[in-house]
Amino acid sequence: MKVELGEVVAENTYSLTRDSLVRYAGASGDFNPIHYRDDIAASVGLPGVLAHGMLTMGFAVQPVVEWIGDPGKVLDYQVRFTRPVVVDPLEGASVTVVAKVGALDDSHVRIDLTVTVNGSTVLGKAQARVSLA
Amino acid sequence: MNPELQGRVFAPTAPYLVGREKIREFARAVFASSPINTDTDAAKAAGYSDIVAPPTFPVVVQEATLQQLLSEPDAGIDFSRVVHGEQRFSYTRPIVAGDELTATLSVTSIKTLGGNAMVTAESTIVDAEGEHVVTAVSTLVVRGDDA
Repeated sequence: MKVELGEVVAENTYSLTRDSLVRYAGASGDFNPIHYRDDIAASVGLPGVLAHGMLTMGFAVQPVVEWIGDPGKVLDYQVRFTRPVVVDPLEGASVTVVAKVGALDDSHVRIDLTVTVNGSTVLGKAQARVSLA
Repeated sequence: MNPELQGRVFAPTAPYLVGREKIREFARAVFASSPINTDTDAAKAAGYSDIVAPPTFPVVVQEATLQQLLSEPDAGIDFSRVVHGEQRFSYTRPIVAGDELTATLSVTSIKTLGGNAMVTAESTIVDAEGEHVVTAVSTLVVRGDDA
């Protein structure tokens, strides 16, 4: 596969709803109620019910998997959680992922992810190292 | 937050058997579309013995280790003050259905920054043969009383 430094290899926008959060809670085993109860989120000073950081991390790499065509080629994946994603009960939240080539050698590529909600980034240093072999 | 936790290594978790339906459930929850995550024929065609878990799936196995850390009697970690700061997964090979995984937690670093403490917890995940599969590293921020 031929890629160039700085090339955008994939992008996608994910529409999160409260249903998405309940589904992820069940799949992951993370039942922290700040991810589904408005009253508890408010009681700990949050602006609303938040998406699990690990849910955002989980789908943010999916455009990379689709591009490379094999989830087993993601060798290393890291993120920093820099801003919470508030999921409105009616409007949900829309999260945009842009995947760009940050570094490359003969057999590997580092994909840098820009993950935003309403233009504000929610993940920092989001990088996936992918095998080209 | 007890600084003496740094360097502590916990007992390995009970083996976790990776189920095909659990991978499918997790894949759907993270909007995964690759057939290699869900379809055994597609996975075998790509050279795997069974369907492959999405990159962040080890969090399911790591969960048990983080519970060990939070429930450690002398840790002094108030769960309601814990915020997930960073996460990383470093693979030797992908997780496939049928794997029996065991995780061993070690606390690699504790730093204090302002009134907050940052704990780096590393879960080394191996298969039934003891071979390394993936290491999951979490940095947790424990907010101080004033934060």
